[in-house]
Amino acid sequence: MTATATLTRTPFFDWHLARGGRMVDFAGWAMPVQYASIVEEHQATRQAVGLFDISHMGRLTISGPEAAKFLDCLLTRRVDDMRPGQIRYSLVTNADGGILDDVLVYCLEKNPTGTDGGPAYPLVVNAGNREKILDWLKDRATEFAARVVDDSANTSMIAVQGPAAVGIADAMTGGAVSSLKYYHGTTAEIDGTEAYVSRTGYTGEDGCEIVCSNAHATAIWESLIAEAEKVGGRACGLGARDTLRLEAAMPLYGHELSENVNAAQAGLRFAVTLGDRDFIGREAFERFAADPHQPMRVGLHIESRRVAREGSAVLSRGKTVGEVTSGTFSPTLDRPIAMAYVEPRTAASGAQLTVDIRGSEVPAVVVPLPFYKRRGNV
Amino acid sequence: VNPEELLFAKTHEWVSVAEEDGSKIATVGISAFAVEALTDLVFIELPKTGRPVTALEPFCEVESVKAVSDIYAPVSGEVIAVNEGLPDDLESLSTDPYGAGWIAKIRIKDPASLEALMDYETYQKQCAEEAE
Repeated sequence: MTATATLTRTPFFDWHLARGGRMVDFAGWAMPVQYASIVEEHQATRQAVGLFDISHMGRLTISGPEAAKFLDCLLTRRVDDMRPGQIRYSLVTNADGGILDDVLVYCLEKNPTGTDGGPAYPLVVNAGNREKILDWLKDRATEFAARVVDDSANTSMIAVQGPAAVGIADAMTGGAVSSLKYYHGTTAEIDGTEAYVSRTGYTGEDGCEIVCSNAHATAIWESLIAEAEKVGGRACGLGARDTLRLEAAMPLYGHELSENVNAAQAGLRFAVTLGDRDFIGREAFERFAADPHQPMRVGLHIESRRVAREGSAVLSRGKTVGEVTSGTFSPTLDRPIAMAYVEPRTAASGAQLTVDIRGSEVPAVVVPLPFYKRRGNV
Repeated sequence: VNPEELLFAKTHEWVSVAEEDGSKIATVGISAFAVEALTDLVFIELPKTGRPVTALEPFCEVESVKAVSDIYAPVSGEVIAVNEGLPDDLESLSTDPYGAGWIAKIRIKDPASLEALMDYETYQKQCAEEAE
């Protein structure tokens, strides 16, 4: 515990400690990796509802008359045709096509500070990339009538995920969540205060994410916990967040994504809209998208109880053809799973490979992603 | 098994010593504290019978959802038996860590090495400090 003394705390820090949260350093934040069992937290999210403190995520807002024009030069996803309430998953790439971060871009009716007029575009970025992206944006905003504000310290963020998530969030927001389409958001009143609710998440389940002021965060969290516990739900740490996103094959920055990885090989072509605009990294992306020799992101079923972890070599007939970027034991499938980048000739579903797990070669099979897909998508 | 009668290593293994054919045999497992700290165990790699082991060196490993952890030999000697049923019954590590959850039996080479181990009370103090 003493190791976390110098870390940034979310408003829920005391709550996490009181509930037995095992606090770890995550990108400079003291965050709970688990309260008791990762598997039980994972199953609660798949079967009922899991609540996640995700206040460590960076929240930046881009506003001003040229906010959309500015973002259209930096994001792989088009922004200027977004309507208020829409949310898009996008990448920020460098000129070489390397991924600087994967982000959600929101379109708000107007700038919440009320000064600039026109739509404002909040970005939710990874905690470990917040400063990098803030600098990247600020350095380039000077050429536009746009400004960039970091709201991360004033706001908190909670993910409510699972089959019971929408019901619980609905009851607290007067039905605001069920009326949202997937990847849409709205302002809503929760516990007598205004918050922003979006139908988004990082678990493969239906649900929502709530951004609220720090002042009201703990009250909202405790109300959500009380409702969740009535239906078998619970608070979940970063450990379950990782096993859930891995089953859903969602990439994680620092693992599947980095500046050495491009969108095409990461399987994220859907997050790139070319159109008739120019954004940083576009040329490189088009080159990579046409190159059949790029290592590809694949899913692996490991044919053993042993878990392949990040960095494990992937082999085909004794020769290294790639590397594992994330691996865990899947509570849903009751087997080890992994994501890896492998040479394209070994990337077809059904390909029989092996993984070097701490010196022993274990059989692995390439499988289609995601590993887990919930029934009845929104 | 009463844990208060066991010896413990700094690295959270327990040892129970018995005499057999004139030599000292150590039955080895991991403590309830260790199992609780690891949580979500999914796999154990047992040592091979006949394998020589050295005190304070890893001799098998246990894997949880989150990470793989080494189990250290609490004494030097030779592995003479392993709990073959354990990989298919990892639950017993939590439900009966000092009984059905035993991992291996080691024929002790140098009985003096037992002196490096702690009694239950000392071990409990170590756990309390680690939990802070």
